Amino acid sequence: MSGARDWWLMAALLCVGIVAPFLFPALVAQFAFLWLMVVFALSWDVMGGQMGYNSFGNILFFGIGCYTTAVVQRDFGFDYFAGLGAGLGLSGLIGVGAALLIGRAILGLRGHYFAIGTLGLGIAAAEIAGGWHYIGAGAGMVTPVFPGGVDTRNLFFYGLLFALAGSCFIFLRALYQCRFGMAINAIRDNEDKAEAMGLHTLRYKITAWCVAAFFLALAGGLAGNMIGFIDPRDVAFAGATYGVWMVLMAVLGGKGTLWGPVLGAAIFHLVQELFWTYLLGWQRVALGGLIVLIVVFYPQGIMGWLRERRAGHAVRDGEAQA
Amino acid sequence: MSAPILSVENVSKRFGGVVANDAVSLAVPEGAIIGLIGPNGSGKSTLFGSIVGFHPVDGGSVRFRGEEITRYRVPKIARMGLVRTFQQTHIYGQMSCLANMLISIPQRQERFLASFRRPKGEEIERAESLLASVGLWEKRQLAAGELSFGQQKLLEFAMALMCEPRLLLLDEPTAGINPTLINGLVAQLRRANAELGITLLVIEHNMRVIMNLADHLYCMAHGRILAEGDAEAIRADQRVIDAYLGAQ
Amino acid sequence: MIANLELLAGYPVLGLDLILNGLLIGAVFALAAYGMALVWGVMNIINIVQGELVILGGYIAWAAVGAGVPPLLCVPLAAFALGLLGWGLYGTVIRRIIERDLFISILATFGMSILLQQLMNQVFGADVRTVDSGFGTLSLMGGMVTVAQVKLFAFGLALLTGVGLWLFLSRARLGQAIRATAQNPRAARVLGIDTDRTYAATYALNAALCGAAGSLVVMAWTIHPYIGLQYTVRAFMIVIVAGLGNVAGVVFSGLGLGALENLAGFVLGAEFQVAFVFLLMVLVLIVRNLILSRRRSYLR
Ligand SMILES: Nc1ncnc2c1ncn2[C@@H]1O[C@H](COP(=O)(O)OP(=O)(O)OP(=O)(O)O)[C@@H](O)[C@H]1O
Ligand SMILES: [Mg+2]
Repeated sequence: MSGARDWWLMAALLCVGIVAPFLFPALVAQFAFLWLMVVFALSWDVMGGQMGYNSFGNILFFGIGCYTTAVVQRDFGFDYFAGLGAGLGLSGLIGVGAALLIGRAILGLRGHYFAIGTLGLGIAAAEIAGGWHYIGAGAGMVTPVFPGGVDTRNLFFYGLLFALAGSCFIFLRALYQCRFGMAINAIRDNEDKAEAMGLHTLRYKITAWCVAAFFLALAGGLAGNMIGFIDPRDVAFAGATYGVWMVLMAVLGGKGTLWGPVLGAAIFHLVQELFWTYLLGWQRVALGGLIVLIVVFYPQGIMGWLRERRAGHAVRDGEAQA
Repeated sequence: MSAPILSVENVSKRFGGVVANDAVSLAVPEGAIIGLIGPNGSGKSTLFGSIVGFHPVDGGSVRFRGEEITRYRVPKIARMGLVRTFQQTHIYGQMSCLANMLISIPQRQERFLASFRRPKGEEIERAESLLASVGLWEKRQLAAGELSFGQQKLLEFAMALMCEPRLLLLDEPTAGINPTLINGLVAQLRRANAELGITLLVIEHNMRVIMNLADHLYCMAHGRILAEGDAEAIRADQRVIDAYLGAQ
Repeated sequence: MIANLELLAGYPVLGLDLILNGLLIGAVFALAAYGMALVWGVMNIINIVQGELVILGGYIAWAAVGAGVPPLLCVPLAAFALGLLGWGLYGTVIRRIIERDLFISILATFGMSILLQQLMNQVFGADVRTVDSGFGTLSLMGGMVTVAQVKLFAFGLALLTGVGLWLFLSRARLGQAIRATAQNPRAARVLGIDTDRTYAATYALNAALCGAAGSLVVMAWTIHPYIGLQYTVRAFMIVIVAGLGNVAGVVFSGLGLGALENLAGFVLGAEFQVAFVFLLMVLVLIVRNLILSRRRSYLR
């Protein structure tokens, strides 16, 4: 993807992002969720797509963000905005701290062992949160009431989530252009070789995990407040919804590409809204079927499919010239 | 000759019942080109693995530049400047050839924060000129996994040079390489040795190449060092001839 | 938690009760785990939908009992129905993900598990279900240790199925074909074994095992549409501890897990029992990997 086209696309998205809530005021909350999905897919792809560590437990950091922010808001006696700010700050810190701590142990696992190990972590977190009374146990937590009308509230969170998604994208784009991006790609392609060439593989792996954790924790703090109610299993550590969606969106758009997760998130969000609106009660049946279809027939995702098509054209053009 | 940069003493390695290395000792003097030959399955690649910490050894010691490295792990040993290539090529398949080269810069003094900068112009130049020297410059934007086996072998060699090791262990560098390219590759090895000061330890089945290249040779059979000496002595050694004939 | 520990220390017989009941359910875990090891070893697929197959077997037994079938007959019935379903699943999905990236098979079977969960919820309802098998309760040590007879029955049947399976794999032609394919699919093909059919049989056999396990679960314990993943994780953990193709290992780790889980559920409180299972799995993975990393290797 060439630099100039990236900038054009980013500028276009910026315009869309600013204009959309005013064009479709009724859909602001949906759009806010769209940006949340973009953060999900982008942050998952750091590990899964770029580094080849397919995590099914990144939801852990989202949940940590949800609860940390809500606890700060409940216990620290700040007013709404100060509480939210402090909560988000602390969420980022604790998210990264948790990633550092857990990463040391779990990033030694490779391949499917890593995938299933992280799956276990995410579910264990949900179960612990569901039994821990300090954070409301199974009854969950209610976040403080936003000082303002519903529309202002929606617009406020829309703006923040848009900014988060935007900064996540720009940050990751820069990251992938540095040596760091190459290093995690190298780990994905051949970790033994990366070690044999003296790369600090564990250090890179932990850093990537921390980056994902940071953005997810912030997303959790915002989303918890936007939803207004934090259920341990259905919001904070919602492995069966958000947790799987992250993976699916990145795979759908194209793992390991910059724009793939964004594209995948947009398409998936639309599909998911349709399922949840028109197929209520059967929405997971439809989603499960969709997952199987995508994975079996389009594992390379939309971006991968486009690239293959382009490569096919190039070959045919080459033959035509010859 | 000067003091050994690498000395291996009585290194043993078993895989279950198979004794792949049995009290192997050898020394590689600084600046030399040393050959390692032996029939298939004689334990040459295993010895490389034992040296660079790829697997723990069952006994013996490995010293690199005077430092005991027997218990060190692969990345640490690599950062000290002891790098090996693989017999079965190991490259980063989905990355472009150029990126394969750029990520292979020496990690010796690499600070963590330095990984958050883009590749420097001089690194790109060096990568491209090394790629050109193995004839892969035209392919620099191609994903490395698309290369043929021989090309991957060349790429891996170029990556090893990019890494500026002090001692480079090459596992059959000419296997799968077009005979017309082999002479060029041998010249490259000589140049790396003479101009960049890289000491070489080379496993090779192509006798013409290795006899030509190496100052000194070791021959392994059944996990042991069978004979050592210069090309003449090895060629004339009856045990070496028997080992090869016996294996065939 | 401390209080629970003191209680346990004061009345060791209570621990006996917990352990005994745990061992009994452990045998059922082992059954599902054995199926998982089979699919993993032969087809190189980690079957995340394993737990849903177990639960579905339970629902089929439950529905059959509702329709007047005697409970004992439900075990072979559920096994047969699930075997058929397994055959169908193989033909539609599994055969397309064989020999693909493990991530793909994990994600695809994960999708199937999400699908089955809600499907079961829609068809059988969201209530917790159980089946009254008509067995009584056994009281030991003056009523301090109680064991439902149906659990003993489930335990015995699980072990019996295990032995039958082992005999099948070592004696029957199909069983030998399965083992040969697991060793080396290409060589098996050269020797004239129809690997596609072998895979289908393996997967169907696995599903049948899950069905049998599920029917035992619903008789001795309870089922619910959304608890399948717990059974998947238990099976996975047992396989990791025991290794592929080690029947005795699978049985012993299954029993051990059952007992450990029951004790932990008592000490930590029932609300943390599931968390314990999942954390234990993570711990088992990390520890096994650490042990391997001393040999410069890792789990693969
Ligand atoms: N990881 C391993 N596990 C079990 N046995 C191994 C392993 N690696 C090597 N061996 C065995 O150790 C012996 C030596 O193998 P090695 O690869 O070192 O031979 P080699 O001299 O490099 O042969 P070639 O010239 O064919 O490459 C062989 O018998 C081989 O089967
Ligand atoms: Mg070899």
